[in-house]
Amino acid sequence: MENPRPLWDNPLQFVFACISYAVGLGNVWRFPYLCQMYGGGGFLIPYLIMLIVEGMPLLYLELAVGQHMRQGSIGAWKIISPYLSGVGIASVVVSFFLSMYYNVINAWAFWYLFHSFQDPLPWASCPLNSNHTDYDEECAKTSSTQYFWYRKTLNISPSIEEYGSIQWEQAVCLILAWLVVYLCILRGTESTGKVVYVTASLPYFVLIIYLIRGLTLHGAVNGLIYMFTPKIEQLANPKTWINAATQIFFSLGLGFGSLIAFASYNEPNNNCERHAMIVSLINSSTSIFASIVTFSIYGFKATFNYENCLSKVILLLTNVFDLEEGALTADNLDSMKDYLTSTYPNQYAELLPQIKNCSLEAELDTAVQGTGLAFIVYSEAIKNMEVSQLYSVLYFVMLLMLGIGSMLGNTAAILTPLTDSKFLSTHLPKEVISGIVCFINCIVGLVFTMEAGNYWFDIFNDYAATLSLLLIVLVETIAVCYVYGLKRFEKDLLLMLGHKPNWYWKIMWAFVSPVLIISLVIFYLTDYIRTGTLQYQAWDATQVFILLITLDKFGFKAS
Amino acid sequence: MFIAVFFFVSDAQNAFKVRLSIKTALGDNAYAWDASEEYLFKAMVAFAMRRYSNKETTQISNVLLCNMTERVSFWFVVTDSAKNVTTVPGSEVEAAIRMNRNRINSAFLLTDNTLQFLKISSTLSPPIESSVPVWLIVFSVVLCLVVAGILFLVVSGIRQRKKESAETGDLEDKCDTPVTTENGIPCDILDLKAGQINGVYAADDERFTPL
Repeated sequence: MENPRPLWDNPLQFVFACISYAVGLGNVWRFPYLCQMYGGGGFLIPYLIMLIVEGMPLLYLELAVGQHMRQGSIGAWKIISPYLSGVGIASVVVSFFLSMYYNVINAWAFWYLFHSFQDPLPWASCPLNSNHTDYDEECAKTSSTQYFWYRKTLNISPSIEEYGSIQWEQAVCLILAWLVVYLCILRGTESTGKVVYVTASLPYFVLIIYLIRGLTLHGAVNGLIYMFTPKIEQLANPKTWINAATQIFFSLGLGFGSLIAFASYNEPNNNCERHAMIVSLINSSTSIFASIVTFSIYGFKATFNYENCLSKVILLLTNVFDLEEGALTADNLDSMKDYLTSTYPNQYAELLPQIKNCSLEAELDTAVQGTGLAFIVYSEAIKNMEVSQLYSVLYFVMLLMLGIGSMLGNTAAILTPLTDSKFLSTHLPKEVISGIVCFINCIVGLVFTMEAGNYWFDIFNDYAATLSLLLIVLVETIAVCYVYGLKRFEKDLLLMLGHKPNWYWKIMWAFVSPVLIISLVIFYLTDYIRTGTLQYQAWDATQVFILLITLDKFGFKAS
Repeated sequence: MFIAVFFFVSDAQNAFKVRLSIKTALGDNAYAWDASEEYLFKAMVAFAMRRYSNKETTQISNVLLCNMTERVSFWFVVTDSAKNVTTVPGSEVEAAIRMNRNRINSAFLLTDNTLQFLKISSTLSPPIESSVPVWLIVFSVVLCLVVAGILFLVVSGIRQRKKESAETGDLEDKCDTPVTTENGIPCDILDLKAGQINGVYAADDERFTPL
């Protein structure tokens, strides 16, 4: 007697699994950056339009395919057309690439989480140099949070060619991260279904706590005003629309096969149309919610740094000119500067290079995305809050939940086709298959724990999944609409849901989404071709800033 | 005082500039800097010199202050009355101050940052480091929990599979010895000679209408 296909215990588990997968780190560290770069509040317009035009239809398509074919990506596409099983295999390969490098982020989150139990936080102050007279040189030139990230966490080398050795601390955290993922996927939907309750809901609790804390921070309003003032002229910039489309696309995790895998464990009559709309709406609103939190944190950090800068200038002037304490304040600084310039012109001129022009706008303008935002900017803001250990623990637990939730989807995308295949499932139990996949990924992932690992991470992050996913989803849409046939698909949906899809969905699937994806592909290709030499940012420990290293087309350092 | 000024000009390397930030340190509880505070300062420096050299020769009158500003900052120098009114070398003064920095700071309710001796760099106190790094402890706890969870799930999965295969094994055993059945009842129970009363019809005697 064949084992029946495992199912989710209830539709809620399925919805939570999709939310847990779709709501990931990109919502927290990419969307706020895009919002800031492309018009603040005005960015919401192209974002919401793309959600309705591209996000919901494609999500519905993938869920319906998975739910109807009741197989992982390879099996599902084989059913659609035997010539198209390559699409499924492509999805599995891309998921494999993603899981190789994505779990390193969870390893970093674990590292920071474990260090959050120290009092004071290790990134709160610089370590001392060898003879204890002053702070460590590299740290003093930048900031303690950057030092902790680049030196203590990554121990980064100056360029990608200098591999360095594997950092045992990071390797050990990576192994732990893979063990946690294995624990969650070990029993298939039985275990995953329970875990997603936590990974989907916990981030929201933390975000609400941070929202309340963030809005009450001094200077948070500055960040919010800065973010939400719409710069409508950005709407005319084509990059705004392209970035909105790409963000929706990648944020939902289309094309990896995870959504197909999750939907294949559904009851056949599950209302995937409603679920698709719910999941995509929740995903986008989480992005907006997270960016409110991020911008209040930005505002706090920028105000803090600005006030720090001002007090440093005031202290410098007070000391050099031996003025009474408290004579210089932030308000009278400019008028006092003029007075001092006129009274002591020579001394002031000598002092001029040291006096920085403190500007709140300049602090707010530093737009950061990615690991820099998550690990440097946030930890800098956290160290200045009261009870910083508690906020730090909460924040990194949230990052972990987001990361592990996405990893569950990725591994499901790899494992579902493997466990579906008769050959493997008869010879090996599913625990062993999961174990082998996790083990291989872990071993390969050790590359990212080397000293040059972060550069490899950047390469994978930028190039592993972007163009391939666009092609995969393009072929998926064309396959379902034209190869399988829209009429046949309609009948399948009628069978599953009890009603035929609206004309809106049909138009989106058949015309709008393919056209949109083709234009995104063309944009990416022209972008690649036009940037002749590739560049990456490297950390120079001697001069301590991020420098841009150029590589020629084949990745060799340009001389 | 003219002598004192002369000393300052020629013995600049033996003079030290001091800067106090009383308002920054104490806020509303800040005291005003007046002649009495200067006297206390001279006393503290004299005390430091005495402690350092272990001789009780330095007097308060040996410590000379000048160039008082509003900041509050001033220069001071220590003279040696025994050796023909020369100034004590700067290195000795520096060492003396270093040795007794804590005492001097607490006399004024200030810290190294708010009572600055500009040429004397203070040694910064290193952060407290426990013998085992805290992160390793938390890491080991989490690791043990995760490994325990994995082992538990794997072992219970293996046990469940063994139970299932044992059950299917039992069913197979039953199928091996053929049991002849008649209408679902094993034949050896049935007494084929005597016949059986079919219970369905037995209860229906009342139904038949009497003749």
